[in-house]
Amino acid sequence: MQKQLTQKRPHVAFIATAMLAVATAQAAEVTVNQHDKAFVIEGNKVEAVTINVGDTLRFKNDDPFFHNIFSLSDLKTFDLGSFPKGQSKTVTFDKAGMAEVECAIHPEMYIEVTVK
Amino acid sequence: MKTHPTFIHMARKVVFMTCLGMTATSIQASEDYSRFLRPAEVPQPDNNRITTARVELGKMLFFDPRLSGSNWISCGTCHNPALGWSDGLPTAVGHGMGVLERATPTILNTAYQPLQLWDGRARTLEQQALGPIKATGEMNQDLDEVIKELSALKGYRDAFEDAYPGEGITKETLAKALATYERTIVSTESPFDRWVKGETHAMSQTAQKGFEVFLGKGRCALCHDGFNFTDNGFHNLGLKGDDDPGRYGIRKIKILKGAFKTPTLRDIELTAPYMHNGMYKTLEEVIEHYDRGGDTKDNLDPNMQPLHLTASEKASLVAFLKALTGEPTPVILPRLPIE
Repeated sequence: MQKQLTQKRPHVAFIATAMLAVATAQAAEVTVNQHDKAFVIEGNKVEAVTINVGDTLRFKNDDPFFHNIFSLSDLKTFDLGSFPKGQSKTVTFDKAGMAEVECAIHPEMYIEVTVK
Repeated sequence: MKTHPTFIHMARKVVFMTCLGMTATSIQASEDYSRFLRPAEVPQPDNNRITTARVELGKMLFFDPRLSGSNWISCGTCHNPALGWSDGLPTAVGHGMGVLERATPTILNTAYQPLQLWDGRARTLEQQALGPIKATGEMNQDLDEVIKELSALKGYRDAFEDAYPGEGITKETLAKALATYERTIVSTESPFDRWVKGETHAMSQTAQKGFEVFLGKGRCALCHDGFNFTDNGFHNLGLKGDDDPGRYGIRKIKILKGAFKTPTLRDIELTAPYMHNGMYKTLEEVIEHYDRGGDTKDNLDPNMQPLHLTASEKASLVAFLKALTGEPTPVILPRLPIE
């Protein structure tokens, strides 16, 4: 199973397509770190991620202050609330489409989730 | 953020240099302090680069009261350079002397902000620029009318042509010129900046202690971080008696109820009163608020908590905040076109 990581905005240094290892052939879980007020996957700052229907994103706060996770997208609307350093929140995407996920506290934190 | 008691001393390296017979003492800022240094360039969009003609035009427009419906209020009426680019009032006064709900934010360093206004409802300075002009409570001007008025003046026709050749006098070029002038309103070097660069005596010992409290026990840098001393984020600070929805009016997310954008602390000494509703007259009052961990606990930002600062720590924080005041920048008012 492949997860394609891309970045949409030119100011972000990381542009790449990467393969993420998954434990099973079923739905996968991808960890998205919240680090230095940015979304980071496997050490790379990203503003987009592609996953498959049924996959879960785990947002983990690495910063010394609270973060939030929400989306008001048509694909999936949710507010996972706010959580401190070391804690994480998960969201599973069960339909194909695109969702914009943000941190309400720090609106510069934005990631586009494409679900195939 | 953890701060070791000797954090500041450990994080800095002393470098001694001898040059041309003179001995200079320099303290290198550590990596931990590099985020407080001013970026090399002011951010500017590709479709509205800063030029002298655009700055001059924007400055004329900024200080021209004819941009308002009453021909009496300019952008500079509320964003007064003599008052830290604010107005010294708890909340703004607009058209017909009407008192508005929120304080006039300083426009210092707005070029560095990804979102504009207390609730972040405008993404760029160009998007923001026309809002106050047409807002009935603020400048109460019809935009088509102001374009007509400006087009009737040769001075403005020439200035727009110089700034935006072939683009004419439009709402778009009006917004672009105002935004360009705002991008020139940036903070100047403060005692703190000189201290970070190595002038050991640029900031008093008390202010240096205040910086340590700022980074550590005071928890200030959790939100007021980086060169502009802001996370560009939104927080509910638990102000007593305040029912303004703030950012929630733009984004219906629970944590944003009563949340407002973290303002810059650059030149904070010059922009009293403080908070989005101007409820505190002094920096001391603001620090007491944070020391209490806020007053209204409903939807309080989770980073807020009682600080238990000593009187000495509070005083040192005030000294540090005052060390963020930059050198004064003379503002020469433009002559406005009258024909």
